[in-house]
Amino acid sequence: MFQIIDLKYKNILDIKELEIPGQRITCIVGQSGSGKTTLLRMLNKLISPDSGKILYNDENLKEIDSIGLRRKVVMLPQTPVIFNGTIRDNLQIGLKLAEKPEAADSELLEILEKVHLKKGLDENADKLSGGEKQRLALGRVMLLKPEVLLLDEPSSALDEETEQLIIESVVEFSKRNNRTLIMVTHSKKVADTFADNIIEIKEGKVVEA
Amino acid sequence: MDKVIDLQIWQMAAAYIFVLVLLVIVRAKGIKRESEIVLSSVRMTIQLIFTGYVLVYLFDNPNPIFSVLVYAAMETFAIFNIFKRMKQKLSAGLKRIIALSMFFGTTVSLLFFILVVVNVSPWYDPRYFIPIAGMLIGNSMTGISLGVSRLTDGMITNKSLVEGALMLGATPKLAAKQIVDNAFDSAILPTINSMLGMGIVFLPGMMTGQILSGTSPLTAINYQIAIMLGILGSVALTVITFVQLGYKTFFNKDSQLIIED
Repeated sequence: MFQIIDLKYKNILDIKELEIPGQRITCIVGQSGSGKTTLLRMLNKLISPDSGKILYNDENLKEIDSIGLRRKVVMLPQTPVIFNGTIRDNLQIGLKLAEKPEAADSELLEILEKVHLKKGLDENADKLSGGEKQRLALGRVMLLKPEVLLLDEPSSALDEETEQLIIESVVEFSKRNNRTLIMVTHSKKVADTFADNIIEIKEGKVVEA
Repeated sequence: MDKVIDLQIWQMAAAYIFVLVLLVIVRAKGIKRESEIVLSSVRMTIQLIFTGYVLVYLFDNPNPIFSVLVYAAMETFAIFNIFKRMKQKLSAGLKRIIALSMFFGTTVSLLFFILVVVNVSPWYDPRYFIPIAGMLIGNSMTGISLGVSRLTDGMITNKSLVEGALMLGATPKLAAKQIVDNAFDSAILPTINSMLGMGIVFLPGMMTGQILSGTSPLTAINYQIAIMLGILGSVALTVITFVQLGYKTFFNKDSQLIIED
């Protein structure tokens, strides 16, 4: 799926070689400031490497149209982005931004259930707690059904019990739909429980793959 | 129409009492603004006297080259004034867009106004061309300054929102849409508000000037209505050109946001 060769970015990342398999659950672990988020942003082509290359399905990311790529490889940032409006607006806006048709309310409610958010579609999204906002943002990207889901610490604002439920749900969603899930996590437990493949990054370098 | 009262030198001088009153007030209050007040009063006087003589010369010697030169000078001054006014650092690309939008928006509006609305012949008649150009450029400059400030601030403040939209596969245009719309709205609002109060809350400068110089209020009002609509058109055209092109300078060819942290 993704192949990284001789990648260098400022003094943040320096990866000789790395392969991330498709249709698998990959967890990226490492201390804060080690370059995990930067790597994720690079796979989403929000930033480009200074040198070296990233291949996606054998095609150089440099040659792929950024917008087309991001519609297949969607990223969820650690701090969830919540737009003004209701929960429904916040779910639909992902589809709107990706220029996809709107979803029916039944589908939105199904997604809310998957991310364990027991709220009505007409509730104001701004009133949600940090953890609830994170789940809403996760629901938004799941609704897009992308080929690859890049999640940056998707459970950082959740308690351990909710974390387990949410990750379980997103992993199940990826497996059932044959999607690729690449997740940055601080939790060794999450990585050990769910990952098919663990990548450890230390000071910008891959330690274990 | 009554005979126009020509102001004598001593009458003009009497008007400077207002400056003296202001100087007394700021001194009494300990506000350190005396030098700016004196400087701005002196500059205003010299600039207007100079402009008066230049206009007398231009009106007596109508020439398309002179009119265009004056227009180019006003346009250049306005563009550099916008660059100077901005607190934020403007990229070279954004400066180019500002200059292009000012030039395009004001020129199109001026030509329409001169050739169609007033139907001046010859088109370069400085008595019409220069003051109308001045009003369109001045108001467009204020509008676009607001637009630049709102767009730049909006992109910086909402960086994570724009990037969050890009991550989901939004085009830069969609990702920046709300910021672009807000910038346009803020830039155009003062012109719309000034139209609301016109004639009731205040009499606009151009109309007051015309009335004082002996023109019938009805003729003055005809001109004022036309010029206000011209200003609205010019501000709108300048600002819409700016925001529609300006947001693109915040993205590179890979649709990545290029705002330094």
